[in-house]
Amino acid sequence: MSKIPNEITGKVYVLGDNVDTDQIIPAEYLTFNPAIPEEYKQFGKYALSSVPPAQSGLPKGNIPFHTDDEFVSPYTFIVAGKNFGCGSSREHAPVALDAAGIKVVIAEFYARIFFRNSVNGGYLVPFECSERLCDKVCTGDELKLDVLNCKLHNLTTKEIYPLNPLGEIAPILNAGGIFAYAKQVGMLKS
Amino acid sequence: MPAMTLTEKILAKHAKTDFVEPGQNIWIDVDILMTHDVCGPGTIGVFKKHFGKAAKVWDPKKIVIIPDHYIFTADKMANRNVDVLREFSKEQNLPYYYDVGTESYKGVCHIALPEEGHTRPGEVLLGTDSHTCTAGAFGEFATGIGNTDAGFVMGTGNLWLKVPPTMRFIFEGTLPPYLMAKDLILAVIGDIGCDGATYKAMEFDGPGVFALNMEERMTLCNMVIEAGGKNGVIAPDKVTLDFIDSKNKHKVPYTPVYTDPGAKFIYEKVYDISKLQPVVAKPHSPDNKAFVSEVKGTKLDRAYIGSCTGGKMTDFRAAAKIMHGHTVKIDTFVVPATTEVARGLKSEKMHGKTLEQIFLDAGAKMGEASCAACLGGPSDTFGRLNQAIRCISTTNRNFPGRMGHKEAEVFLASPLTVAASAITGMITDPREYLA
Ligand code: SF4
Repeated sequence: MSKIPNEITGKVYVLGDNVDTDQIIPAEYLTFNPAIPEEYKQFGKYALSSVPPAQSGLPKGNIPFHTDDEFVSPYTFIVAGKNFGCGSSREHAPVALDAAGIKVVIAEFYARIFFRNSVNGGYLVPFECSERLCDKVCTGDELKLDVLNCKLHNLTTKEIYPLNPLGEIAPILNAGGIFAYAKQVGMLKS
Repeated sequence: MPAMTLTEKILAKHAKTDFVEPGQNIWIDVDILMTHDVCGPGTIGVFKKHFGKAAKVWDPKKIVIIPDHYIFTADKMANRNVDVLREFSKEQNLPYYYDVGTESYKGVCHIALPEEGHTRPGEVLLGTDSHTCTAGAFGEFATGIGNTDAGFVMGTGNLWLKVPPTMRFIFEGTLPPYLMAKDLILAVIGDIGCDGATYKAMEFDGPGVFALNMEERMTLCNMVIEAGGKNGVIAPDKVTLDFIDSKNKHKVPYTPVYTDPGAKFIYEKVYDISKLQPVVAKPHSPDNKAFVSEVKGTKLDRAYIGSCTGGKMTDFRAAAKIMHGHTVKIDTFVVPATTEVARGLKSEKMHGKTLEQIFLDAGAKMGEASCAACLGGPSDTFGRLNQAIRCISTTNRNFPGRMGHKEAEVFLASPLTVAASAITGMITDPREYLA
């Protein structure tokens, strides 16, 4: 059974290039253990808390991801530029975005470990787009993602953007992460 | 069989096949899995969730646990995380757990791994830390992974990986005394950008590399992740093998692997290192390259010498050479990467003084072996940038907030450049202090 819904709608939060894992979840919060559900929630509260204000919520900037005491943001999508998730290997980064309510990230491309962690942990769907969407979409726009056809509708501007197919990661995402996938392909006993 | 690069050959061997090519997805056998206090508790959580509360790890001798990140702090959560590692190591009878507060405590994992004989040519080392790539200096495939992947490896000893294409960087010429491996890798990252090697292996080759000692080779491989690299690697030579054999107290057999003649590289660049100048990375990205000559005179508030990149004996020898007989003008923090390095600072002498004495006499503050302020950490962390100040550092990352305050500015540089800058309080060319 597919773990990714066919259609996802919601508001978008826009970021720029090279948003690294220290900006996504600063090191001082890594003392929470994501394996403990109560502590998992905490990561949502501190997600994106080290993005410099001018880069937060583009194109205008200075739009906080959520207020300081909220655990979940009002956003479902993140649209970003190049090399999203570069820096450390901390899985706390996709965890933080998941805990904050993000379902899909759309970037030009990702840093390798963030991408792997997102897919293998089954936290969020990392789509890529050949167009530079972070210059076209505005924070707060309402988006609708047609997952099967890899099409992103901007309901606010009525524009439609094609996304790159998920390719080899689709079976892992559809299985729900590396453990379920490994069982499907016989690398792990059920 | 078509020619393969060193990285491809190691991966083929660990996938139990004769040939792999870039882009192929393979399942590999893992030789060593390393984790630490920041990602270990999460990894253990994933392992227990999927394999059961009473599950046993796939091979206790192949798991190495090194607490190093948040050690000398009053933070309760941080200390709780070390307790999780301690209990798990006890429960699983793990022989290679380097516990805090004991004789076996080490400090920064990437430096501790080779010191304790856990790095060997031809092997696959995976670690829950992006700088696991450091161990590529020993001619092995080493890369960082997340908690979920590590939990999977912990239970199975396997993982799927995509075979990366290899970029080759050839260093010709002799390294002048005012340059270090840190200048070379900052130059490379500046040239290819912080995404220039995304999903790729970076192999370092040429006489300029093989003239470096092991610690300097580790510095090169350590920072490949700052260019997005999957792994960095250097073919093993006599220097490597002598080092490995001196540390391999567990007498684990290993087989060195070398790039085949005619192997395909996706990119190649030759540097004449004799012509390079000292390099820094300006705030807020490791690829924001400038020559020291372009930014010299920039006023600083703090200097930091430490981390897996710049906290090894070679780094402190370089810094001491410059600082000897001088006083620092700004707050200067010196943090040995491991307890072995800390002992070296107390025993090794220069001009009749121990290196530690040279630093203390210059007015620097000495910290205890750990990651310390390299990644900020809890607010009471030694050397952490708690205000929006400007720091020059021998560490590897200068993204916003990396060393603490999100408006602090961090310049990355070699230990020579950082030491010279500490003396003057502004960015300074080390040549001014090298006779
Ligand atoms: S010293 Fe810095 S870069 Fe190295 S492992 Fe520790 S936190 Fe990471």
